[in-house]
Amino acid sequence: MRLVTFAGPPSAGKTSAAIKTAEALMKEGLTVGAVKFDCISTTDDELYQKRGIPVLTGISGNFCPDHYFITNIEDCVAWGLSRNLDYLFSESAGLCNRCSPHIKGVRSLCVIDCLSGVNTPKKIGPMLLFADMVVITKADVVSQAEREVFAFRAREANRNARFLFVNGLTGEGASELARFLRDAPEVATLNHGQIRFPLPSALCSYCLGETRIGPDYATNSMIARKIEIPPVGEAHV
Amino acid sequence: MSNTNYAVPDGEAKGGVHSITIIGGHDKDGLPEDFTLTLEAGGILCVVGPTGAGKSRFLEDIGCLAQGDTPTGRRLLLDGREPSQEQRYSLDGRLVAQLSQNMNFIMDLTVEEFILMHAESRNLASLGEDFSGPRLVERIVTAANRLTGEALSAGTAVTQLSGGQSRSLMIADTALLSPSPVVLIDELENAGVDRRGALELLVGEDKIVLVSTHDPVLALLGQRRICIHRGGVRRIIETSPAERRNAVLMGELSGKFLALRDLLREGAVLDFDMETFFLEGISVKERSLS
Repeated sequence: MRLVTFAGPPSAGKTSAAIKTAEALMKEGLTVGAVKFDCISTTDDELYQKRGIPVLTGISGNFCPDHYFITNIEDCVAWGLSRNLDYLFSESAGLCNRCSPHIKGVRSLCVIDCLSGVNTPKKIGPMLLFADMVVITKADVVSQAEREVFAFRAREANRNARFLFVNGLTGEGASELARFLRDAPEVATLNHGQIRFPLPSALCSYCLGETRIGPDYATNSMIARKIEIPPVGEAHV
Repeated sequence: MSNTNYAVPDGEAKGGVHSITIIGGHDKDGLPEDFTLTLEAGGILCVVGPTGAGKSRFLEDIGCLAQGDTPTGRRLLLDGREPSQEQRYSLDGRLVAQLSQNMNFIMDLTVEEFILMHAESRNLASLGEDFSGPRLVERIVTAANRLTGEALSAGTAVTQLSGGQSRSLMIADTALLSPSPVVLIDELENAGVDRRGALELLVGEDKIVLVSTHDPVLALLGQRRICIHRGGVRRIIETSPAERRNAVLMGELSGKFLALRDLLREGAVLDFDMETFFLEGISVKERSLS
């Protein structure tokens, strides 16, 4: 089974791109399943089901979404293998931009949309930086110039990636994306595998449910990082 | 890494592409398309056909440098050669630029800032002052203003431009600043843009221009048009001298309609003698008199 991680900011068009790509693969007789990771809630599982794509849904809730992802993805792989899937798409939205779900030896995609603005490629972080391919959506509604600037900045952020424009509504580009996934590495287990970028160094009272504010409640002040605030009277930069 | 078998694109292709060749595949019923079509820089090809016939797929085959691996089985050659794997997965903007009716500016910048930002992503300063700073801005604004009745200025915010101004700026910017040798135009609306001028500008910059349209005026502006039916290219028609003459007439009539639109906007009453209005200064009249 080939595992593919789809990462990207919320509403970038991951589900639409994933579904169109799955349909292109299914047309060739391949089987595709999906896992949708989300933080608060999702109805995207219905979108997958409607197309006959078996789907698992994981809601991290008050759990760190990346921690949730890492501790669940192996079980999802086992589920996909038990169903004899050719492909398993793991889709994660709402991970904070600090982290990424990309795993070494697993085909990794980052989905970003042109409408999010030309500065977005600089803000996304490891989801974009460590992707094998950057999938750019919603390019049909912005000017050619903005599209070129957006793509240029995405490439500045990740010079190793391939780039592809995909239209999640019409499916334009989906067959090219499907072709890129054809030689994705096979995965039998993720046990002892490695993510491409580490999770943040944090273990504090707030991770464990503390809600009160102040130094009395912030345990492990070693990892507290303070915003730099200029002294009164000094010019604000 | 798993993708090492794909070379990494580095920078934009210099020199560009001078011709593309499209080799037929098959239609939705699997019937073979028997054609090989070569488009040279500076040429215009129009694409016509009913909605859903496969016009977009045809343009998409070009955009993705199809190699017999898209649903149509078509193949594309660049300057007579098969494109390399890295050309296929590098930035789309390199081969094909797109202009369509539903595109908008979303950046909150002035026209000048917008142009300079685009130029910065191209790294063109080495090409001289025509490609940087105020000279570049002036060239693009001038070109845009040739295409629209309502002049725009470099200080205007791009989001404040009217529909015609936006379209004109997009066309001028694509013609002069986009690195893509091929421009795909989807339904260029008549409103507020000189369409013939737009095509001349693009062709003058040695672009290969493909226009997808239902509009007879626009469809006859190209040297050739292809008719798509059930996913396949059914006919390739050279625009004949008679068609060209008719295109001029249709253009004039369509100009008359636009004039009526402007009158309506200004609050005029349209009760005058329209027969005279439509025939006045029309070349068919002159032709019949001579």
